[in-house]
Amino acid sequence: GTMKRFRRHGHESQRDKHKQDLYQFNKTVEHGFPHQPSALGFSPSLQLLAIGTRSGAIKLYGAPGVEFMGLHDENAAVTQVHFLPNQTYPQLCNLLINFVYIHTQSVQSLNGFSGMVLCKSFACLRRLLQLRFVIADLFTATFSRIPEDYVGRRNLECVETLHENPLNPRQVLIGYSRGLMVLWDLDRQRPIQHFLGTQQLESVWWMEDGENILSSHSDGSYCQWTVTGEDPQTEPEKQEMPYGSFPCKAISKVIQLPSKQGPPFLIFSGGMPRASYGDRHCISVIHSKTHEALDFTSRIIDFFVIREGPSALVVLVEEELIVVDLQTEGWPVIQTPYLVPLHCSAITCSHHVSSIPLKLWERVQAAGAQQNTHYSKKPWPINGGQNLAPDPPQRDLLLTGHEDGTVRFWDASGVCLYPMYKLSTAGVFLTDADPNDNMNQGSEGEWPPFRKVGCFDPYSDDPRLGIQKIHLCKYSGYLTVAGTAGQILVLELNDEAAEQTVEATVVDLLQGQEGFRWKGQARLDVREEPVLFPPGFQPFALVQCQPPAVVTAIALHSEWKLVAFGTSHGFGFYDYHQRNNILVKCTLNPSDQMALEGPLSRVKSIKKSLRQSFRRIRRSRVSMRKHHTNNALQEINARLEAEALQEMELAPVQRKIEARSSDDSFTGLVRTLYFADTFVSDSSHSTPSLWAGTNGGAVFAYVLRVPSLERRAEDPVVAHAAKEIQLMHRAPVVGLVVLDGKGAPLPEPLEVAHDLARSPEMHGSHHLLVVSEEQFKLFTLPKVSSKSKLKLTAVDGSRVRRVGVAWFGSRTDEQLESSLVVLTNQGELHVISLPSIKMMVHYPCIRREDVSGIASCVFTKYGQGFYLISPSEFERFSLSTRWVVEPHCLVEAPLQMRPKNPSSPVHRDQPDGVPTEHRCVCSCVIVQKPLFLSCC
Amino acid sequence: MNKNHRVPSNRTLSAVEVKSKFGAEFRRFSLDRSKPGRFDEFYGLLQHVHRIPNVDLLVGYADVHGDLLPINNDDNYHKAISMAAPLLRLFLQRKEEADYSAFGTDTVTRKKTPAALAAVLLRPDANKKKPPIIISLPKDFRPVSSIIDVDILPETHRRVRLYKHGQEKPLGFYIRDGSSVRVTPQGLEKVPGIFISRMVPGGLADSTGLLAVNDEVLEVNGIEVSGKSLDQVTDMMIANSHNLIITVKPANQRNNVVRSSGGGSSGRSTDSNTSFYGYSTPGSMVMTPSHIIQNYEPDEESEEEEDLVIEADRGAKLFPQAGARATASTSMPALPRYEPHLDLRPSNGTMASSVSVGSLNACDRGLEGRNLEEEGTVITL
Repeated sequence: GTMKRFRRHGHESQRDKHKQDLYQFNKTVEHGFPHQPSALGFSPSLQLLAIGTRSGAIKLYGAPGVEFMGLHDENAAVTQVHFLPNQTYPQLCNLLINFVYIHTQSVQSLNGFSGMVLCKSFACLRRLLQLRFVIADLFTATFSRIPEDYVGRRNLECVETLHENPLNPRQVLIGYSRGLMVLWDLDRQRPIQHFLGTQQLESVWWMEDGENILSSHSDGSYCQWTVTGEDPQTEPEKQEMPYGSFPCKAISKVIQLPSKQGPPFLIFSGGMPRASYGDRHCISVIHSKTHEALDFTSRIIDFFVIREGPSALVVLVEEELIVVDLQTEGWPVIQTPYLVPLHCSAITCSHHVSSIPLKLWERVQAAGAQQNTHYSKKPWPINGGQNLAPDPPQRDLLLTGHEDGTVRFWDASGVCLYPMYKLSTAGVFLTDADPNDNMNQGSEGEWPPFRKVGCFDPYSDDPRLGIQKIHLCKYSGYLTVAGTAGQILVLELNDEAAEQTVEATVVDLLQGQEGFRWKGQARLDVREEPVLFPPGFQPFALVQCQPPAVVTAIALHSEWKLVAFGTSHGFGFYDYHQRNNILVKCTLNPSDQMALEGPLSRVKSIKKSLRQSFRRIRRSRVSMRKHHTNNALQEINARLEAEALQEMELAPVQRKIEARSSDDSFTGLVRTLYFADTFVSDSSHSTPSLWAGTNGGAVFAYVLRVPSLERRAEDPVVAHAAKEIQLMHRAPVVGLVVLDGKGAPLPEPLEVAHDLARSPEMHGSHHLLVVSEEQFKLFTLPKVSSKSKLKLTAVDGSRVRRVGVAWFGSRTDEQLESSLVVLTNQGELHVISLPSIKMMVHYPCIRREDVSGIASCVFTKYGQGFYLISPSEFERFSLSTRWVVEPHCLVEAPLQMRPKNPSSPVHRDQPDGVPTEHRCVCSCVIVQKPLFLSCC
Repeated sequence: MNKNHRVPSNRTLSAVEVKSKFGAEFRRFSLDRSKPGRFDEFYGLLQHVHRIPNVDLLVGYADVHGDLLPINNDDNYHKAISMAAPLLRLFLQRKEEADYSAFGTDTVTRKKTPAALAAVLLRPDANKKKPPIIISLPKDFRPVSSIIDVDILPETHRRVRLYKHGQEKPLGFYIRDGSSVRVTPQGLEKVPGIFISRMVPGGLADSTGLLAVNDEVLEVNGIEVSGKSLDQVTDMMIANSHNLIITVKPANQRNNVVRSSGGGSSGRSTDSNTSFYGYSTPGSMVMTPSHIIQNYEPDEESEEEEDLVIEADRGAKLFPQAGARATASTSMPALPRYEPHLDLRPSNGTMASSVSVGSLNACDRGLEGRNLEEEGTVITL
């Protein structure tokens, strides 16, 4: 007994050791653009960019690959971000980078002096900490010198801005929102000069000479004032209203910088004529005779200019970061290496392909380069820090499908998610939008001289174009994408532009079933004339499902040249070599009205009925008030209705407990499709096969006869129904995998032909793994009998949402083993061993309330994954000890800032958080992830 | 694989193959079908072949439907011999250890293979016969629900098993979030809980009378629900719906089962008769289903439910297969009809025993805190 127990114990610990060697969970990096950015900061000395968000996150970016991120404890918006360079402050020096941000609450705590801007020197900040008495002094001591008629009965309102003299940090300019500006001597504690502005003040800018001040105002004007004039100065030196005569919107920020050659650059945001362009988000750049109004597609948060030159204008708008090259003719935009707007059109699906062969990589890159000719050739101007991360181990592609029918290819090999190539499928179809409708360029001589910049464009011409499924074969360069209106496109990578007609095949998935009336969207109309496709992926075949319901599953087998597709009505497959459809199978349950009518009509009707009932309630309330109880009956009715409403609001959520039945809705919806060369009907000869799993727990298997290579063009591909499996628990089938004689998943098509995988073991029996939402079940092949299973839902109430096959290996051992990676509806990640289907590890990953995050998750073949944490950001995670892509970088502070005991750069295992001693106005930023924090 | 459906040979017309199992041992012998003899001779023969002359035995056999039926007199002995086709499977137990309530429907055929199923569904001669469901035991003998584990649960709790299989009735209840107040060492504490919120009239849950609105759900098939969301508990219940075991704390604490003395420490699951509500399960004896079932089918493969597999191979077996395709496509929607035969009694050995282990621990903990807990009132939100 004891012996046995000991042995088992030893076995257990060995197993645990094995798990530790293989699996480890990390959220490694956030890709994309932060959701709801609210503040922008830049350190010229460190060459770091900082972005604060409304949810309290701070992100720092330097050279590509150098990125840090911190999250404030409270969910408070970051309103301003400032670096405090070059000076060590005794209490703050525990950060190599002194970095301060103010969030809403702290600003409010400053006695209502809202909207205050901290100065860009730390000495000034220190004064600001004592601001209360400065302000008090101002009130008591300074107003004697302001003319009576200027002050009038108006009060000066709050301090809008504080700005120090660039040449003398002991002089601070205090701007009040009503227009008054006071130049203050910090040493003598008294005012030097008053500037009696008459317009509501928006911002001030002290020019580099230290003698001139620019102020911008709410009426769309800016003024220039001279510092060394008489006091008080009642009139500005110069007053301009750039977009003049008619009322204009405020200029929220104005800056002027000298240029190396010639006249200065004047840059300001806003100031547009209120009536005609009041809705535009513009920054105007004026240099010599060149004047452009950069027109952004979302609200401007802030901007700054990189000084030397000046070289570049960096603009943070609500949905993207745009850097304009000011040194190149025409001021082109520099492509950002990070902070890419993933969501320029809403992401509808994603697909990851690991270890792309170099050849394909270069071809995609080349196709992408031809799309990016309008970008500046200048290198990325922000280059702080060092990227110490090793080169990515392999080339990975992340493909995102978008609502506007585009597929974007991202280089996902490393820390920076970099755009490589964009494919648009809209050209194949006739849509309402005119492709020549060019919104990018204004006509000649237009005033203001608008120029559209940025790529955020949330408006989709036609929601039917939306991409739902993507599959790329990395060996052959064939790509298939499927969309919202039942369209499946097969594309081929071509290095040259080509003009071709896309042949459409309509496939009736209902197969003449009677009594159906599709109430959903119409099929997309296809262009009949040849279309010119640019170099890149070019469509050559199109299947359109009838009814045109959203495509719910696809599979591509590039060796057999077949594409399988499924919707809520059935599935089929198409031979893209001979360009004909081979098989159609209707899976629709005749009583399933819901699948029939199309989801759109259903949603509409729910919304409609909700709206109607609310309207009814509102009406009754109104009537209750109007006819003030003349009618007793009416009163009672109204009260009853109000009570019913109250009851509706208070009624607890309840769930019906009922066994699943065969006539539930959408049981015929095809959830997964899978091609496999395996033993479907006899144990001595393997054959090509197609497997399909439905929402109702059914699995269909077809044996395929694919002609030999020589006869591929002539002989038909034939499919025979071979098996049907109905899972008794009837849960949706979300994954199908065939395991070879050694228990490993079958390789991808062409993988063996390219010598990149060993041939599957065809001796010994193959197994079919059926993954339903509720359990994992292994069946023998060819005779389908249950071998083992693992229950999930019955045990812990969670359901499988995403599943993938991944390879894991320890850091030391070359040997890889395959496992299943699973994400549940509870947001937990599980690793399940193959072929033994045992739970290995599980980690909480996503909040269970974050349904869209869970739905967006995509796994890589090597145990990493991505999911959306906002419409514009992917979180990257890794379950693997061997493959982890995470930032690894170092920022070295200028010499005098180094702490006395120089410690080596700290890496990943540094405990999070830094003591926050300063709770007054500013708090130290807590840089959570890696590095460079070291305490004195 | 399909040992229950061996092709009859000439030999079997006269001889009956007997496979007798006692403990882990099997004995095989044959009997003349035409001259079976008397029961007491047969009983002696069994003691002899198993070499257990002085052991009192309880003899059971598996009938064609997979039900375990007793052999204890000449009549049922002759019936057993005449029905053997051709194999007569016997299960012997020591009388003192016997588990009577294992007798009943669907108790032996733990595993109907897909092939066997297909045979039932598709064999032309099977179709000629009346469907097995009609000749199975009377419906009254099918358990509908039971209170189990009375001896190991606190008296304030009730563990109810609902036998959904073979029922036309829906399970028929709803659950909701709520909170209950418990007395803890720290004082009164409000804890979130899951409650039954509604019963569908005429549903299975309603008809048992063992569950009621506002009962707090504590466990589903042996797994505690505390800390789980309403949706999780819903999914657990639906996933276990073929054999749902819910432990509740009834809102009405006046009808609690009073524990019989002496059973508490046994640690065994007990399937007690819910006689005070007038439900009948076959037999009225205490038993441990888990143990007996483990004896029958010690291998892991015992399946609660079998998936339906339809082969549509071309070639040699063309005729029946063609039939299979036709039947399959038309019978798919009507599948639930066959479920009673696929969806076997689920109290699988490993699971049931883990249930009782789990609940034993829960009980130990429960006993300490019980007095306090009983004072806790259930507040309905």
